[in-house]
Amino acid sequence: MKSPPDHRRGARFGLRRAVNACVLVVLALVPVYAALTGDNFAMTLFTRVIILALAALSLNLIMGFGGMVSFGHAVYLGIGGYAVGILAKEGFGSGFVQWPAAIAASSLYALVVGALSLRTRGVYFIMITLAFAQMAYYVAVGLDRYGGDDGLTIYQRSSFGPLIDLNNKTLFYYLCLALLLAGMYLVWRLVNSRFGLVIRGARSNERRMRAIGFPTFRYKLVCFVIAGAMCGLAGALLANHTNFISPAMMHWTRSGDLIVMAVLGGVQAMFGPLIGAMTFLLLDEALSRVTDFPDLILGPILLFVAIYLNGGLDALIGGRRRG
Amino acid sequence: MADALLEVEALTKRFGGVTASDAISITVPAGELHAIIGPNGAGKTTLIGQLTGEIAPDGGRILFDNRDITTLPVYRRSQLGLARSFQISSLFGDFTALDNVALAVQAHAGHSFRFWRDARSEPALRQPAQAALDRLGLAARADMLVADLSHGERRQLEIAMALVTEPRLLLLDEPMAGMGPDESSRLIDTLRELKGGLTIVLIEHDMDAVFALADRISVLVYGRIIATGDAAAIKSDPTVRQAYLGEQGRTGEGTAHG
Amino acid sequence: MVYFIEQFLNGVELGMLLFLLAAGLTLIFGIMDLVNLAHGSLYMIGAYLAATFAAWTDSFVLGAILAVLGSFAVGMVLEVVAIRRLYGRSHLDHVLGTFGLLLFFNELVRLIWGPAGLTLSLPNEMLTAVQILPGLFYPLYRLVIIGVTLAVAFFLYVLVMRTRLGMLIRAGASNREMVGALGVNIKLLYTLIFALGAALAGFAGLMQAPILTVQIGMGENILISAFVVVTIGGIGSIRGAFVAALLVGLVDTVGRAFLPDLFHAYLSESAAGSLGRSLSSMLVYLVMALVLIVRPEGLFPAASK
Repeated sequence: MKSPPDHRRGARFGLRRAVNACVLVVLALVPVYAALTGDNFAMTLFTRVIILALAALSLNLIMGFGGMVSFGHAVYLGIGGYAVGILAKEGFGSGFVQWPAAIAASSLYALVVGALSLRTRGVYFIMITLAFAQMAYYVAVGLDRYGGDDGLTIYQRSSFGPLIDLNNKTLFYYLCLALLLAGMYLVWRLVNSRFGLVIRGARSNERRMRAIGFPTFRYKLVCFVIAGAMCGLAGALLANHTNFISPAMMHWTRSGDLIVMAVLGGVQAMFGPLIGAMTFLLLDEALSRVTDFPDLILGPILLFVAIYLNGGLDALIGGRRRG
Repeated sequence: MADALLEVEALTKRFGGVTASDAISITVPAGELHAIIGPNGAGKTTLIGQLTGEIAPDGGRILFDNRDITTLPVYRRSQLGLARSFQISSLFGDFTALDNVALAVQAHAGHSFRFWRDARSEPALRQPAQAALDRLGLAARADMLVADLSHGERRQLEIAMALVTEPRLLLLDEPMAGMGPDESSRLIDTLRELKGGLTIVLIEHDMDAVFALADRISVLVYGRIIATGDAAAIKSDPTVRQAYLGEQGRTGEGTAHG
Repeated sequence: MVYFIEQFLNGVELGMLLFLLAAGLTLIFGIMDLVNLAHGSLYMIGAYLAATFAAWTDSFVLGAILAVLGSFAVGMVLEVVAIRRLYGRSHLDHVLGTFGLLLFFNELVRLIWGPAGLTLSLPNEMLTAVQILPGLFYPLYRLVIIGVTLAVAFFLYVLVMRTRLGMLIRAGASNREMVGALGVNIKLLYTLIFALGAALAGFAGLMQAPILTVQIGMGENILISAFVVVTIGGIGSIRGAFVAALLVGLVDTVGRAFLPDLFHAYLSESAAGSLGRSLSSMLVYLVMALVLIVRPEGLFPAASK
C-alpha cells in the first residue's frame, strides 16, 4: 500500500484508494441495507464474501508475497470448520474452546505440510500441497461419526457467553468484517516487516537470499503456518455461517476458487483478496440470475483477466507489481 | 599454514564421466587478493559452487579460518563471513537498489523474526546500505528499481551487496563481465582500496584487472590447477602460456591498468 | 488369487488410461511450462464426441476415430485462441486462465448435450469375456484398452525417440530456450504438442466411456490423478509418465480392493470400514508425497532446470 511519492501515478493512486474506500463503505452498509429492504440474502452472500476473503487473504500471504503457490489451501478451511463441528457435536459449544482449537489444528497441519512440502519447488510444490489437501479430504469423508461425505449440521453456533451472540446475523456479519480488516492490517504490517522482506526476497530470488546469509526455509515455514492459522479461523467462521461442515469445504476445487479470488483481485495488493472474492462471488451470483449458463461468461472473463490483466483487477485501478 | 584464511584441499567433483574439479588445492592467506584464471570450461563455475556450498564435492575439504566448512549450507557460510558476487547479476529485480543492499545488511543484523516494525524505516538497516551505495557510486540510484538500472550499475550493485555483509572473504565471480572501460577501471580502483583489509578471491577473464590487482594467481585448466604464483611467475610459466595465455592470443606482457 | 489377478489387470488398465492423460500433460508442462487445468475438459470432450459420432455413424470404431480427430482439432483451436497467450506467464496466471476454461467447457457441454450425460455402447462383439487363465475370465474390452494403449505408448515412443519432431520435443523438454534459438518454428511445434496432448486425452476419455461414464465434470477427478502421475514420473518425461501411471493405477486399484480387508482382519468393524476406505483413497497421494520427499523432482526428471 505504501509507495514512494510519484506525481505521474498520483491520479491512479487516488483511484485505487477511492475504490478501496468504496468497497469498505459498501461492506459496512450491507446490514443497514438488509434491515431496510428485508433482503437477508444480501447479508448471507456478503458474509460469505467476507469469510472467503479472509481465506484468500491468508493464501495471498504465502502465494502473492511468498511465491508459494499452494493448491491445497482450502484444507485449512476444512480443518478449522471440522474443529468447530466436531467439538460442537461432542458437547464443547464454547467458542473460547472451539476457535483456538480451529486455529491450533490448522497451524499444526500447516506445520507438517510445510515442513515436508517446502523442500520442493514450482509445480511440484503445487502438487504436493494438493496431495496433502486431498488426504485430509479423504479422512473427512471417512469420518462416519461426523457425517462422512454427507457432512454434519451444527445446531448451535459457537457460544461466547454474554460477549456476543453469533446467532444475531448482523452481529456475526460485523464480527467477520472486523476480523477481516484486522487480518488485512496484520498482513500489511507483516509484509513490510523484516520477516515480510525475507519472505518477499525469497520469492524474488531465493538463491540470492541464501547467498547473503538467510536460512530461507525456516522463514517460509513460519509464514506457511501463519497463513494456515488465519485460514483455520476463516474455516471456523464458515462453519458458523453455514451451520454445516462437510468434506467439500476442502475439496481441491475450493482451493482453486481461493487461488482465483486472490489472483483476480491482484496478488500483491492488500485489498486484492477482498476485491477478488467480491468480484468472483458477486459475478457468479449475478450471472446465475441472468442466464442458465453463467460459466459460459464467467469462464472467459477469468481467462481474459489472466491474459490481459497482469496484476489482476488491482492493476486496473492503479496498483503496480512490486517486490 | 596458520594464517591461511581459505584452504582448499584436493577438492574433487565429477559429473557422470566428466571430472569438473580434479584435486584442486589452493591456499589463500588473510589479506591476499588471489585470482583464479582459466579458459572457459575449465571448471570455474563448479569450483565456485563448491566454495559457496551450492555444489557438494565428491572429495576433498574446504577450510575457512581453520574450520571445515565442506558440508555447511550456503547461508551458514555467508554468516561465517564468506560473501560472493554472481557472474550473472542475481538481484532482487522488483525491489529498489537500496532495498537490495538493505536486505544484505538485514541478513547479518540478527534474526528476522520481527513481524511488526516497518523494516524500510530502520536506520540500522538503511544507513549501512546507503553508505555502501555511496561507496560504489550508486547513491543517485538508491530508489530506482533494479529492473531499471543499467547493466554496469547492476554489476556495481552486485559488489555492494557482497561488501555490505562485512565479509572476511570476498569471492568475486567475473565482476568485470560486460562492463565498459570506465566502469572496469572504477571497479579496479575500488578493489584495490579493499585489498589488505579484506581477503579476496577473484575469478576473472579480464587480464588487465588480474595482473593489476592479484597478489597471487592460480591457473585452472580442465579442472586442475596447473600453476600458482605471482603475476611475473605466471606470465613466464610456459605451461600456462600454452594452455591459456597462448590460446587467448596474448603474449602475457599486458599493460598494467591505471 | 483370481481376484488378485483381476484387480491387477484393472490396475494396469487404469494405469494405461492415466498414462494417456499424463503423457499429454507432462509434455505440456515440460515443454511449454504450462499448468493446464483444462486437460480434464479435453478428456471429457473426447468422450462426448465419441458418444455423439458413434450414435450418428452407428459404429463404435468410426465414432472413436472421429472423436480423436475432433479432440485434436479442438486442441489446436484452443491453443491458438487461448493457450498460447499464457506462455511465459506465472503459474498463477495459468491456474486462473485454465480454471476459467474448465468452467467454460463444463457449461458448454451442458448447453450442447444437456445435464444428464450420455452413454457409449460397445459393439456386441466386444461384450464378451475372455478366458486368460483357467478359471479366470476377464472382459475383452478391458484387454482391448490395455492393448490399444500399449500400442499408443509404443507409437509415442517411436515418435519421441526416432523422429525429428520427437527430437524437438525432447530438446524442448530439457531446454526450452535453446530450441527457440535453433530457429525452429516454435509456434507450430507448441500447437502440435498441445493438440497431441488433447488427442491423447480425448482418446482416454472415449476409451473409458463404455465402462465408466460420459458426464459433465468427469475430467476433474481423473485430472488430479493425472497430475499425481506427472509429478511422480517427473515433469517432461514420457517414460516417467508411463512408469508412474502404472504405479498409480496399480496402487490405487489393488489398494482399494485389498486394504479394507486387511484392516478388517486387524481392527473393529466400524473403524476398519471408514479407515480402510479413507486410506485406500489416500494411498496414491501418500505415495506421491513420499516420492517427492525422497526425490523432489520426480523419478525421471527430464528438465535440466
